Amino acid sequence: MKARTLPLSPLAVTWLGLAAATAVLAQTSGELAKALDARWLTKLPRELRLPLKDEISAFMKWLVEEANFGLFTFTDLTRGIAWLLAQPYELAKGLLVGGFVQGLGDEAVQLLPPLSWAAVIFVVAALGHYAKSLRLAVFVGLCFLYLALFGQWQSAMVTLASILIAVPLGVAGGLLLGIAGYRWPWFDRLLTPVLDLMQTVPVFAYLVPILFLFGFGPVSALVATLVYAMPPMVRITTLALRGVPSEVREFGVMVGCTSRQMTWRIMVPSAMPGLMVGVNQVIMLSLNMVIIASMIGAGGLGYDVLTSLRRLDIGGGLEAGVAIVVLAIALDRLSQAFVKRPPPEHGEGPLSFVMRHPYALTALGVILVTGLLGLVWPFLQSYPAAAQFTTGPFWENLVRSINVNFFDQLEAVKTFMLLNLLIPVKRFLLGVPWPWFILLVTLAGWQLGRWKLALLCLLLSAFILVNGLWEDAMVTLYLCGVSVLIAAAIGIPVGVLAAQNARAGRVIGGVIDTLQTLPSFVYLIPVVMLFRVGDFSAMIAVVLYALAPAVRYTAHGIRSIDPQLIEAGTVSGCTRWQLLWRIKLPLALPEIMLGVNQTIMLALSMLVITALVGTRDLGQEVYVALTKADTGRGIVAGVSVAFIAIIADRLIAAGAARARARLGLVAQGAH
Amino acid sequence: MQQRPVKLACRDVWKLFGEGADRFLADRRAARGMVPGLAEIQAAGLVGAVRAANIEVGEGEIFVIMGLSGSGKSTLVRCLSRLIQPTAGEILFEGRDLLRASEREMVRIRRHKMGMVFQHFALLPHLTVLQNVAFPLEVQGIARAPREARAREVIELVGLKGREAYYPRELSGGQQQRVGIARSLAVEPEIWFLDEPFSALDPLIRREMQDEFLRLQSVLRKTIVFITHDFDEAIRLADRIAIMKDGAVIQVDTPERLVLAPADAYVAEFTKHIPRAKVLTVRAIMRAGPPAGEMAGEVSAADRIEAVADRVEAADRPFAVTDAGGEVIGSIDRCAVIDTLIGREPRR
Ligand SMILES: Nc1ncnc2c1ncn2[C@@H]1O[C@H](COP(=O)(O)OP(=O)(O)OP(=O)(O)O)[C@@H](O)[C@H]1O
Ligand SMILES: [Mg+2]
Repeated sequence: MKARTLPLSPLAVTWLGLAAATAVLAQTSGELAKALDARWLTKLPRELRLPLKDEISAFMKWLVEEANFGLFTFTDLTRGIAWLLAQPYELAKGLLVGGFVQGLGDEAVQLLPPLSWAAVIFVVAALGHYAKSLRLAVFVGLCFLYLALFGQWQSAMVTLASILIAVPLGVAGGLLLGIAGYRWPWFDRLLTPVLDLMQTVPVFAYLVPILFLFGFGPVSALVATLVYAMPPMVRITTLALRGVPSEVREFGVMVGCTSRQMTWRIMVPSAMPGLMVGVNQVIMLSLNMVIIASMIGAGGLGYDVLTSLRRLDIGGGLEAGVAIVVLAIALDRLSQAFVKRPPPEHGEGPLSFVMRHPYALTALGVILVTGLLGLVWPFLQSYPAAAQFTTGPFWENLVRSINVNFFDQLEAVKTFMLLNLLIPVKRFLLGVPWPWFILLVTLAGWQLGRWKLALLCLLLSAFILVNGLWEDAMVTLYLCGVSVLIAAAIGIPVGVLAAQNARAGRVIGGVIDTLQTLPSFVYLIPVVMLFRVGDFSAMIAVVLYALAPAVRYTAHGIRSIDPQLIEAGTVSGCTRWQLLWRIKLPLALPEIMLGVNQTIMLALSMLVITALVGTRDLGQEVYVALTKADTGRGIVAGVSVAFIAIIADRLIAAGAARARARLGLVAQGAH
Repeated sequence: MQQRPVKLACRDVWKLFGEGADRFLADRRAARGMVPGLAEIQAAGLVGAVRAANIEVGEGEIFVIMGLSGSGKSTLVRCLSRLIQPTAGEILFEGRDLLRASEREMVRIRRHKMGMVFQHFALLPHLTVLQNVAFPLEVQGIARAPREARAREVIELVGLKGREAYYPRELSGGQQQRVGIARSLAVEPEIWFLDEPFSALDPLIRREMQDEFLRLQSVLRKTIVFITHDFDEAIRLADRIAIMKDGAVIQVDTPERLVLAPADAYVAEFTKHIPRAKVLTVRAIMRAGPPAGEMAGEVSAADRIEAVADRVEAADRPFAVTDAGGEVIGSIDRCAVIDTLIGREPRR
């Protein structure tokens, strides 16, 4: 007898069957629960919930009010840290914004004015020239001039001050941890899961405890920024040190370096190019935190955006948002230029002090001169208000006119998407009874990673359930899922295009780079203006923010296919289309999956930000906890988001690994 | 063969890479009192990078370790300097077992008595030539003026005077390796390790560097362990050569003995294509015993054939061969020289 070949593998049939069952269940769960008299199917009864968040709150309270290490209390410790961090911050802020004052209130006497706007612009331009070229100098100079011209100077300098402190601290901390991880394998083993967690936990999860420990203010914001921006530096440091050629390390041993000499004289300088990439990362992530940090007291541009958003002041929000973008781009270009700065050329023997430091000395001179002249001509000291422009009304009018003229079209798009995509998906997910859903996730874990992954999926989803956050989690899943689907549907074809066509690739690369430079909040502003608050706006903002990795990984995956395979396809007569579908996409699949994974991570971290526009998910839970300083609630909700992220991450990573193994590819970037 | 005092020796040194290598080797040796073979090591999932190596390097000698890629040369030399901890064995430096030396002692020995040159130069990219060469002295805490003076000295010695302020990436490969050599000489080491120092250079530069190396050695008279996978290079430079295969040292001998008396087929294969005139001495091909008839002149028994070929070939009559004391011990004729030059088995 001839065996009938199924068009699908038995495995696929099983999963299709499960999906069909899920669809039926989702539709009928309400009636089912009624018929069986089992309301627990749709909602976990109160008695089964864990009082975890209350316990955490109580613990934090105990920590702050009673914990004692003998010599000092826990509060003393946090106060000490806060004080330490506040010192450099106050210094930077004094330099850039307030000047240095003695006394308080009306009796305050200004000892020193802050750096004048002219001096700051000159210094950044000089940095641009030093790092790269006159062109870069002009570019960053103009960026900063923009800040002065459009009345964003004060806020921008507050933001800059916190970045100036956060970046060196983040770099130094990351460097030290990275070195420790390199030196001691046990420390590395300890550090890796922590870093994994830190990079999947959305920022908001630790905002609340930080707020609770350090109080509302710039120091809390600094701590949050450090926690957020440091992990990549740690990773990059360890990687860069491992990348130092073994001969160089052996040379160090052979000349009898002590371990300190080894680290600071040999390894770190040799790893410098790699480390600079990390520095750039820290700068970008710090900028990314600007607005979020302003929720716990950072002030500056982020605060302006936040308050404008809350007041729905479109013009103000956009102005401050654009200022952040301008600042971000300027700092990014500067630090990139430093990363790529060619190493020094040989000089003409020893130089005098003045000859060796032309930039520093000129900058110092300009600072002094403008400072002194500023005493005579105040317009040099602080940019005159009369010469400022505001674009607020312009934006306001623009948006108003768009809204007036295109209201129907915009509304139609929004309604269409809501009715046909968003609401059905939401209903569906909320309809699936939780035991069934957990079963499915666990099965998927079993399928891809056997009992280890299955157990992980089971435990993490159960955690969300017993903490009474199931519904919020489903809403999170729905918003994130829809956004990721759309982002993938746009991003993957765009990535393919970028890989296939060199010119398109350059343009797309540029756009994607810029998108990634922008702090996540910025996406929210125009979207809210056009579509007002709600799930639809949130979705668009998430898609915009999370698009980049889908494009980038797809393009990279296709570009890095072995050209011989493509030649083999061409020789065997594939059309371009067949080449793409039969060879390139299947081979690039593991890489594309990783891109989607990144997209999910970004989407999840963005969800919490979109809580501002009134979504009803875990992000909102954290946001509410933040405003009420309810630590337990905030941590539990934040950790739940992290757990969703971890489940998605592990499932996709396992899937990608399997795909890769099936294709016989070696893991990329693993070394 | 000259007898020199032994400067550095290793006795029954093993290096196995892989999980549980120590236990594996100890177990095998305790259980059977014999050494595990290559197949057995591989079956245990280990790599036998160095197996039961025994060598002795004499004072002032150029000792070349040679073998194909992956034969364990680098691993052996790193065991000698204890850059890698051997799995078993003894490393005797001036009679002391280095494996018993404390970390501090090792730092002291490396700082003052050892120098090493690397295949890919291993220069520090952020330092100038002068700073690179002075670096080993700086590590020892020597003040700036004396260490830079010494660095300039060795830079001049390797012929890089005038490039002190250059950065490594501004130099050619050959120049970079000169910096590497200068740097390793700055501390006046007693033993000098060179791990394929010229392999990354192109052939012309390589020859030039070999000449330079011989010139330096004629001045410095260091004890040298030199690694190469190039047999031509080995016979040009070596007093003695150790041939390695799959981690084992198969034969240690002078170039001439390797050609005349290869220990096994592998060594024979290795030496087969070597121009014998470059390796063999007059002693190896002379007709022993007091010569009969009239002689065209005298040659020394220790001379390489290459060096005397022109003279012997041009003469009609044979030459008398004298030993170090000037006594005539044999004769050599045109035929013998030509046989050697064209690689034909001598007709006796
Ligand atoms: N750290 C290590 N871990 C595992 N195996 C190693 C390690 N270092 C070397 N080996 C293995 O030990 C064997 C000997 O390597 P070694 O580098 O000593 O060879 P080599 O003779 O110097 O070769 P080359 O001419 O290529 O430099 C090789 O099979 C190599 O793969
Ligand atoms: Mg080697």
